[in-house]
Amino acid sequence: MQITRRETMALGAAAAAVTVLPMPAMASAVDDAINEFTGGADVADGGVELDAPEIAENGNTVPIEVSAEGAEAIMVLAAGNPTPGVATFNFGPLAGAQRAKTRIRLAGTQDVVAVAKMSDGSFAKVSKTVKVTIGGCGG
Amino acid sequence: MISRRDFLQVSMAASALYGASGFGNWAKLAAQQALTQDQLLEFDTFGNVSLIHITDIHAQMKPVYFREPEINIGVGSNKGEVPHVTGAEFRKLYGIEDGSPSHYALTYNDFSSLAKEYGRVGGLDRVATVVNSIRAARPDALLLDGGDTWHGSYTCYHTEGQDMVNVMNALKPDAMTFHWEFTLGQDRVREIVEGLPFDALGQNIFDAMWDEPAAEFKPYEFYERGGVKIAVIGQAFPYMPIANPGWMFPDYSFGIRDANMQKMVDEVRSQGAELVVCLSHNGFDVDKKMAGVVSGIDVILSGHTHDALPEPVLVDDTIIIASGSNGKFVSRVDLDVRDGKMMGFRHKLIPIFSDVIEPDADMTALIDEQRAPYLAELDEVIGTTDSLLYRRGNFNGSWDDLICDALLSERDAEIAMSPGVRWGPSLIPGDDITRDDIWNVTSMSYGEAYRSEMTGEFIKVILEDVADNIFNPDPYYQQGGDMVRIGGMGYSIDISKPQGERISDMTLLSTGEAIDPARNYVVAGWASVNEGTEGPQIWDVVESHIRKQGTISLEPNTSVKVSGT
Repeated sequence: MQITRRETMALGAAAAAVTVLPMPAMASAVDDAINEFTGGADVADGGVELDAPEIAENGNTVPIEVSAEGAEAIMVLAAGNPTPGVATFNFGPLAGAQRAKTRIRLAGTQDVVAVAKMSDGSFAKVSKTVKVTIGGCGG
Repeated sequence: MISRRDFLQVSMAASALYGASGFGNWAKLAAQQALTQDQLLEFDTFGNVSLIHITDIHAQMKPVYFREPEINIGVGSNKGEVPHVTGAEFRKLYGIEDGSPSHYALTYNDFSSLAKEYGRVGGLDRVATVVNSIRAARPDALLLDGGDTWHGSYTCYHTEGQDMVNVMNALKPDAMTFHWEFTLGQDRVREIVEGLPFDALGQNIFDAMWDEPAAEFKPYEFYERGGVKIAVIGQAFPYMPIANPGWMFPDYSFGIRDANMQKMVDEVRSQGAELVVCLSHNGFDVDKKMAGVVSGIDVILSGHTHDALPEPVLVDDTIIIASGSNGKFVSRVDLDVRDGKMMGFRHKLIPIFSDVIEPDADMTALIDEQRAPYLAELDEVIGTTDSLLYRRGNFNGSWDDLICDALLSERDAEIAMSPGVRWGPSLIPGDDITRDDIWNVTSMSYGEAYRSEMTGEFIKVILEDVADNIFNPDPYYQQGGDMVRIGGMGYSIDISKPQGERISDMTLLSTGEAIDPARNYVVAGWASVNEGTEGPQIWDVVESHIRKQGTISLEPNTSVKVSGT
């Protein structure tokens, strides 16, 4: 729980930024990105696997894994980051598995979203809340 | 043909009856002053497999007092469910008579007077007697330690866990899993684990760099007992690098990893496991949720949240056993496993009444040998207490009130913070406070008492953050501790609200003024997870304060107003 003054101010600023940022603006950035990826097509819930920790051990490097059988591409968004776009993984016809693993940086507690483009042209989506906490009082 | 599920429920009822009759007897026997070791150990050996579970000992080798919580609020689907039932409600639920030994062992009311009547609990020499007696009835019983073993006392700190390793090795467990052990630092953990004469398990202990299972800890192990192939899968505390200083064990990553748990269950089943046991340090509510998500676990031996339940909780076909903490209880679970299935069980939560259960002489000698080099320091009387000193409770405990008082005066602070840990035994009015006692509630490898400035706004951020670790309605987001204890400041909390909206009415108690979000306050606290924290050790701060006071007398703490329950 010990935090230096400098860290305190930085954390306080981060917390303030999270609360002050207008949520509709953020939501629309995510919606825009999804629309751009899908071309406005309907997106079904489920059909994509997203493995992410419930609580991040370190918000600066959060391991995630996405997979969707038969996907041509999977887009990953960090819905609460100032810039939500994380990556889009493209899988060619010779890909042995449609799976990708990486580490991402999360500005605070937020939903991580994965949208898959299937080979039949349909889209699927899943999201998971990853909590970023200051921690320190468990026992 | 009786289905497996029906069978479990029938057995559950039988077990409840068994438990109830046992409990009723104790009450009567106590009235006749005739509580005996035979009564405590009475068990009609059942089936073909016995499990013995002990967890969260926190290095308590000697008998202690341990008061169970008054306030333990459940949220979401766990609202009003065990273990979030306390006091008279708990006794009513399990048919426990007021004033009986099980009242004293399992609930908080009239603790000081019942403690004088029934005496201390625990002591690993008494635990040894219980384990030996179970082994006499079932020589190949599996003994499983749920972790939080190598932490929590003066001798454990000074020997870096070696005292507990020596004593537990003599008890001969078959496997253990982990939490506070890692606060010894990863090098020390690896050094001990390498030489352990039993299995160190954790399916969720991963290599942080490669995000794959850590080589030093097996996910599971097989045991052949009573002709049954048993798989024990370990589950370490999922949030270690968050709740404790991750910089002390940077090579490891944890997490719940329930998908990997399912994979392990499927793997052991495919290798012929007839009984799957999960030795868990998840905490009770997390285990309950995991039991519903992962299929194929027969028994979860649950640790971390220090709950003691006289009956298993059933989730689908999984039974969950909660065995308390600080050496106060041992659970015995007998199972009938036939044709690759668990067909029934019998269970008893055995309270270790230290005046009733004969200590095992060899174990007493071994424990005393660990303490001998430090005896003069351990036994030094620092003060006495007129108040009951205890820790457990969601918002405060009198030990932490005392620790916060010590921080405020010794560190000249306006506000004090003490971590919401659940370990640490109790003292009853009239007791001496020895150095041993102070370390039992403060000992850790990061005990530096910091002093720094925080804005009112940031103090609120901290309270909101910690509150969400306890009161998030989804158990997977709970870390299993209690609320950070606050000295010098009062607040209101509505636990039903989301993070950011729970805390209000923050008030500086010394002036009665509302906390100003923009102003800096001098805050003293301890147990920071940040590397490089500076300050005197908390046990020295508390010792100095108690020495000045002489006799401790505390007023009831009314500074936290709780709503939304």
